[in-house]
Amino acid sequence: MKSQNNRFVNWLDQRTGVRHLTREALDEPIPGGARWAYVLGSGLLYILLSQIATGVFLAMYYVASADHAHTTVEYITKQVTAGSFIRSLHMYGSSAMVVTLVAHMAQTYFFGSYKGRREILWLSGLILFALVIGMAFTGYLLPWDQKAFFATAVGTNIAGEVPIIGDWLKELMRGGTEMGTLTLSRFFVAHVFLIPGCIFAFVAAHIFLFRKAGSAGPMDEHPFEPKQQTEQFYPKQVIMDIVFATILVGTLGLLSYLSPVELGPKANPADTSFLPRPEWYYLPIFQWLKYWNGASAIIGIVVIPGIIAALLVALPFLDRKLERRPWKRPVASFSFAIVICSLIFLGWQSGHEDASDPAVAKQLTKQSEETAAFMKAPFTPELSGGTLTAQNAALLDPQAMLGKKLYANNSCDGCHGENANGTDVGPKLIGIGTKFDRAKIIGLLKNPTQKMRDGNMDPVDLPDAELDKLLAYLNSLK
Amino acid sequence: MIENTKIQRAINTHQETGVHPIGSAGSQHKTIRTGRRTFLGWFFGIGTVSIGAMLSVPLFRFALDPLMRTTTATSWSDLGPESDFSETSIPQKRSISITQVDGWRKVVTEKPVYVIKKADGKLIVLTSVCPHLGCAVKWNDTGTQFKCPCHNGVFTTEGKLMSGPPPRDMDELESRSVDGHLQVRYQSFRQLVKIKEELA
Repeated sequence: MKSQNNRFVNWLDQRTGVRHLTREALDEPIPGGARWAYVLGSGLLYILLSQIATGVFLAMYYVASADHAHTTVEYITKQVTAGSFIRSLHMYGSSAMVVTLVAHMAQTYFFGSYKGRREILWLSGLILFALVIGMAFTGYLLPWDQKAFFATAVGTNIAGEVPIIGDWLKELMRGGTEMGTLTLSRFFVAHVFLIPGCIFAFVAAHIFLFRKAGSAGPMDEHPFEPKQQTEQFYPKQVIMDIVFATILVGTLGLLSYLSPVELGPKANPADTSFLPRPEWYYLPIFQWLKYWNGASAIIGIVVIPGIIAALLVALPFLDRKLERRPWKRPVASFSFAIVICSLIFLGWQSGHEDASDPAVAKQLTKQSEETAAFMKAPFTPELSGGTLTAQNAALLDPQAMLGKKLYANNSCDGCHGENANGTDVGPKLIGIGTKFDRAKIIGLLKNPTQKMRDGNMDPVDLPDAELDKLLAYLNSLK
Repeated sequence: MIENTKIQRAINTHQETGVHPIGSAGSQHKTIRTGRRTFLGWFFGIGTVSIGAMLSVPLFRFALDPLMRTTTATSWSDLGPESDFSETSIPQKRSISITQVDGWRKVVTEKPVYVIKKADGKLIVLTSVCPHLGCAVKWNDTGTQFKCPCHNGVFTTEGKLMSGPPPRDMDELESRSVDGHLQVRYQSFRQLVKIKEELA
């Protein structure tokens, strides 16, 4: 068994070089040895895998159109086996992604792991951060419930505040001036094609650059000439990574099972009382924007976030010292700590303000009650529009409704189709009222042309009153 | 770190036997470590695969949902009081609405049927779908026949095949009487076969 297995591995190795590849992957030296602090990066990879798997499966039932999106998500949540679990795993996974990503970035920052020929590695990480935030933003709209719709309306409005190109940017995101089905299509394409494509490319680049630079090791290590004794990635660090990933995915699974995410009532753009609240990780930014009104809005929306982003980009270029211990770099450590604390404070402040304003608290309670009621209601399949348009049109006019009966009872439907949309043996009659005038239609009904007779069209022999009804029906077909 | 037992050494030696001579050129120290790592590799390989398998269970159930769904096709449509049909022996055409659930949507279609009072007074319901190629069979008021407009299949008042290409009589639908109302269960049948055969 064992030697057979070895023979197979030999066979495979001669053709693929798999031994060299696994050795390359597993024998990465870690200065100072394996540590729990290093598990965050591979943890993110595991969440990414989970997001890809659940996302691909959700797309099996989801339809990205304003007409059907909400129904299909409701179908997934209420009808499909394990649907609520998979959807919850995907949504909780997005939160876990943001949290782990911030932790990974903070660890890199405080350990000074961006130092020592790691500028491009750091930049690829920042781009991945932006891409993940983009995934969270675009994914949030897809269920097309009240929360999703209004949160995205606010989000795209914020983009509209950007000077000069703001309006253009907003319309580009929305696919028009208003939120609608085109917005949903765009967000869907960004969420499942554009951004994931970029994420794959940048994850590959990030891992490649990380291996090129080598593991940075502990914070008292030299950034690019490590002196401490190394330990290989496999097995100890692999064990730690897998234990962390198992705890992470296990927690998400347990959370999804015990407390599945909800879906609110379908988006109603006419609802003026709805109070939009973004996903929790956006709350600090949401709160931040409240402080900037009118002319100063540019400072809050563009200038300050722009400065923070520029500082993060410039960080490995500005900070050239090889010192990595955070207590020896007080400016860098304090400024990062201040940003993190401010975000936490803003998030807390947002929740506090909502809770202390009775009107807001009342509306938010009402909204969560509506969501709970919607979740309790049984799923009702959406009535397909196409099959009924002709019938509904006919039902508007009682005369036409009687005409439709005559149409069926005289077997016109036998050849022209039950909704007059035609069959193999008879042409469709939809739009005939605009093609021919009344006298012409009556003439054709009473005395079909030779061509019509050859196609088995018999003369229609009905009293004038009934012909009127039949004509009312034919004219209603549009 | 080095806590190799005799057993592990034995395992390592055993493993070496299958390896190409060039592949085993490493030092004794390396060989020992490889053995322990192989064991751990299996351990975590199996661990990872089983965690993956556990996660894939809900994904599989999710994907297989439409296959496990049992369709409840038994739905009866009302055709009105039986007295509506007892007066005349001329076939009466009626439209019934059929609701078909198609995943997350439902499609409502109108299906024409004929209600016929047989010679013995019993009411039967025929589908208007021709057993030949599925055109809608017409009742010719002036005559005493059903005629299919597509390929001139002709049937008697009670739907028996008289002439033309259809392979069998017109298809009778299951019907019943509930509180004096005639009800019908709409179904589709396979075309072009001699024996009537339901389509699911």
